[in-house]
Amino acid sequence: MKNFSGKVLFLDRDDINTDEIIPARYLTENSKEALQPYLLEDLEMTGFDPRQDIAGKAAIVTRDNFGCGSSREHAPWALEVNNINIVIGVGFARIFRQNMYNCGLMAVQLPSDTIEQLFARFAGKDTTVTTDFEKRKLVFSAGDQVEELEFELGGFDKALVEAGGWIGYADEKY
Amino acid sequence: MGKTIVEKIFAEHLVDVPFEDTQVIKLDAVFCHEITTPIAINDLVARGLDRVFDPDKIKAVIDHVTPAKDSKTATQGKILRDWARRHNIKDFFDIGRNGVCHALFPEKGFVRPGYTVIMGDSHTCTHGAFGAFAAGVGTTDLAVGILKGVCAFRTPQTMKVNITGKLQKGVYAKDLILSIISRIGVNGATGKVMEFTGDVVEELSMEARMTMCNMAVEAGGTCGICAPDMTTVEYLWPFIKDEFSSKEEALTQYSRYCADADAVYAETVEIDASEIVPMSTFGYKPDQVRPVSEMKGTAIDQVYIGSCTNGRIEDLRAAADVLKGKKIHDSIRAIVSPASPAIYAQALEEGIIKIFMDAGFCVTNPTCGACLGMSNGVLADGEVCVSTTNRNFSGRMGKGGMVHLVSPATAAASAISGQLDTAQ
Ligand code: SF4
Repeated sequence: MKNFSGKVLFLDRDDINTDEIIPARYLTENSKEALQPYLLEDLEMTGFDPRQDIAGKAAIVTRDNFGCGSSREHAPWALEVNNINIVIGVGFARIFRQNMYNCGLMAVQLPSDTIEQLFARFAGKDTTVTTDFEKRKLVFSAGDQVEELEFELGGFDKALVEAGGWIGYADEKY
Repeated sequence: MGKTIVEKIFAEHLVDVPFEDTQVIKLDAVFCHEITTPIAINDLVARGLDRVFDPDKIKAVIDHVTPAKDSKTATQGKILRDWARRHNIKDFFDIGRNGVCHALFPEKGFVRPGYTVIMGDSHTCTHGAFGAFAAGVGTTDLAVGILKGVCAFRTPQTMKVNITGKLQKGVYAKDLILSIISRIGVNGATGKVMEFTGDVVEELSMEARMTMCNMAVEAGGTCGICAPDMTTVEYLWPFIKDEFSSKEEALTQYSRYCADADAVYAETVEIDASEIVPMSTFGYKPDQVRPVSEMKGTAIDQVYIGSCTNGRIEDLRAAADVLKGKKIHDSIRAIVSPASPAIYAQALEEGIIKIFMDAGFCVTNPTCGACLGMSNGVLADGEVCVSTTNRNFSGRMGKGGMVHLVSPATAAASAISGQLDTAQ
């Protein structure tokens, strides 16, 4: 995965489910690109307007159990076609997490107090995140606030991200 | 050290341990439906990998939107149909023979104790009721399953859910699983297989076990699982009678998939079934659960009976017992969708369909339809549905709609009252 730098969308809630990420009514689409306008359309949170708040964002920071619910890979795809390649949270639902890495995207887990701090220091501000995958580092900054964080990546997750997903990896190996 | 059911199944199917904590296993079955499979097919075709690992181990059905409601859903069906023909997938179920995947495939005998199954559908966990490991996966995992017959999982941990006591009359597997989810939370079993044990589980029918395992994913569980026993053998007997000389022999064989007495569990949850009463969800998360008695009088617009959770014959019987000789309330509408053609035919034969129709229900063909807000009973903004399905997420049955998850008996009683109500 290439390193990147971009704005951060903060979603301050546990258990954001795949129906909220991409509603079932759009599952009849047969291309990833067609999902682009509908990301997070059904997520009702005070102060969040999907039409305004997603544009220009490159990363999501959220709480626990993000991506619970259905197995639809349309959820990572809807993120991907909106140029969001990384979601950072306390924890993820199993299928969603695997789908992210299978697509070569990242679902990064950080301890809950670290996430708490990120929300406290950066939510509601014009925050940028810069990634360094070699060093497993994320740098958050807003104005003169800067925070550098390290994250872990399992062996399998790393292999998938490097192979650009599971199909290429599995076809060669099994 | 002893093993849990899933540890035994994984050990038997292990292909590779590419990294610590990652196990690649061989699959006995790959199930497919028309929402998540067509994209996998298109992807494989685009990569020049339009092959299947074994056409006899792939089972496919058009179930989510059937009959097709528009050109897009017709195209999804067509991609699946053409692919099944092209690869000689004999177990493909098209309209007239189709039903909700997790109701149809078990009744065809496609799942056996010790099997490993994946499908691009989160409620694949249902099939764990047979003592199998069955997990929902995304489209990429599905594509690799179709191509190679393998899937990678993190080494599974097991949560033991031990259910003792006695279920009261009028309390069903649905009430039980809603109570369990409310106790452990929507994230309570993430990364774990939920192994249901105890006297109460042993007494449950296969239908009831499927209802329980179906909702394991609503607590984050990878799979629900019940040890195979004589109930499992009896259910499967028509399909396995040539493989074994007697039911006892089948049971002995399948018993190797029961957990060892000294198996190690990541966690154990004790449930006293005697304390459980009819339950309903009240919010937008499946762990927001309350006794129906505390929610009596909640206004509703629609009642829905069906789905992979509660659209089986036992469920229709339980609802019909409540509805017999009664009419649904004027102020609401009610829909029942038997989950497979066999269930529909059985319900017809037993006079259950007539009871539903006399009560004022609309009887639809077997389909997922309204369960995921795609067809056959979608809610309007602000409407409330009492439903026997498994998800009450905001917008699940239609944007702006609210869903209360209940048992079929509670759904039927609510249809009569015109508001949330118990059958007791
Ligand atoms: S009935 Fe509902 S939950 Fe079950 S497979 Fe169909 S859409 Fe999914």
